[in-house]
Amino acid sequence: MSIFFILYKLILASVILLVSLVIAMYSTLIERKVAGFFQDRLGPNRAGVYGILQPLADGLKLFFKEEFMPNTADKFLYILGPSLTMMVALLTSAVIPWGDSLVIGGTDYSLQIADINIGILYVFAIISVGVYGIMIGGWASNNKYALMGAVRAASQMISYELAMGMSIIALVMMSGTLSLNEIVQQQHGFHWKVFYQPFAFVIFIICAFAECNRSPFDLPECETELIGGYHTEYSSMKLGFYLFAEYINMFISSAMISALFFGGYNFPFMDDLGLSHNALTIIGTLVFFVKITFFGFVFMWIRWTLPRFRYDQLMRLGWKALLPLAILNVIITGIVMMIQNHV
Amino acid sequence: MFSEYLFFIISIAAIYSALMVLISKKPIHSVLYLTLCFFAIAGHYILLNAQFLAVVHIIVYAGAIMVLFLFTVMLLNLNIENDFKKPRLIKFAAVISGSIFFLLMIAVLKSYDIAIVQNPALTQIGLVKNLGNVLFKDYLLPFEITSILFLAAMVGAVMIGKKDIY
Repeated sequence: MSIFFILYKLILASVILLVSLVIAMYSTLIERKVAGFFQDRLGPNRAGVYGILQPLADGLKLFFKEEFMPNTADKFLYILGPSLTMMVALLTSAVIPWGDSLVIGGTDYSLQIADINIGILYVFAIISVGVYGIMIGGWASNNKYALMGAVRAASQMISYELAMGMSIIALVMMSGTLSLNEIVQQQHGFHWKVFYQPFAFVIFIICAFAECNRSPFDLPECETELIGGYHTEYSSMKLGFYLFAEYINMFISSAMISALFFGGYNFPFMDDLGLSHNALTIIGTLVFFVKITFFGFVFMWIRWTLPRFRYDQLMRLGWKALLPLAILNVIITGIVMMIQNHV
Repeated sequence: MFSEYLFFIISIAAIYSALMVLISKKPIHSVLYLTLCFFAIAGHYILLNAQFLAVVHIIVYAGAIMVLFLFTVMLLNLNIENDFKKPRLIKFAAVISGSIFFLLMIAVLKSYDIAIVQNPALTQIGLVKNLGNVLFKDYLLPFEITSILFLAAMVGAVMIGKKDIY
């Protein structure tokens, strides 16, 4: 492991971190613009052209707001909550293959920070840890609404994690690997997994909504029942971290959906263009970001279209509909694979 | 060299958090320290080149079991104020039995011949492909029996949880 290699990984990691943060920042603006579009109004358009400076203004506002901490709160855990949420949200980007490799001076530079052979499991580990930030924050606020929000978040995320894992098992069975990079490479050209596993895709995207606490599953911060849910007592940049982490999660989920089911950096007819390897890599990365943007839009589209579930409906959907369907999908995939292997 | 330093850092973290589980006054802090301890142990697995085990350890223990622990502690809202006092006799008994157990552990470790079979960094058994091959070829029957045991436990948990089943 040379110094040069470490430096290159460090630069790559910083670039991806920066890109995630900027995209999350501008997602807030896009979200408000999309909401405006759906509700037949303009959305923010005062700060800069088309409101392009709005995220900066919002960020500054959050930084300069009064820092308020409830008297009865557990001080350390109160600060730990949002920090943990932010950290966990940023961790997943390490294993997502953002592009193929760039060949510079005969050396291959992969555009993935860590190509570990258990990539998918790593993502699941991070998702399962993601609930801690919300739970700790909600409990440490020492407020019954915050606690209710935290409890809801915990049970919701555990419930939907199961169905999510089951839907991915069918995909892993087909691809025979847990490495995200290999799964993306198998979808070369137009062999996208969504055509082979449409069922798994539908279950996965529903669970992704629930894991991100996005509408129609945003019961942990359901404002009509719980004021603000787990972040009721938070103000200033700590609240900003919670809101920001949600957008980063959205970005990462969109990236996961595009990488697992929609070919990642692959696009149709990529071999017929006659381009060099490096050019293909750059176009592939751009295509990947177009796909991510599309799924980000789907997240917003659904948020401003569908009403929120009731809590018992949410639980019933997770345990009695999605989980059995996902298990059925695994069984069917196994049977089909066995028939294919023996014919 | 590098992994040696990592080993010491992770070990200190593991032992410190394990001690803090016992020392902390608030139950919720204990639960969080226990989670930290699990993460440190997962780090040890990675150092032993058992990535699969490490990640599954985090998913199962930190991601599921400890969340449920946290859940229970939060809902019970155990605080220092309603922490009941234990009688002195029980304290003495606990100290003595703990010490005896410690002695037992030392005796077991002393008699056990710690032999390093091979460099852990070179073993490939912890990788998911080899582990799967071993589990589904050499140890298929124990593996299946274990899964039946898990199923029985799940059914039992549902039975206990459902009060109006009779």
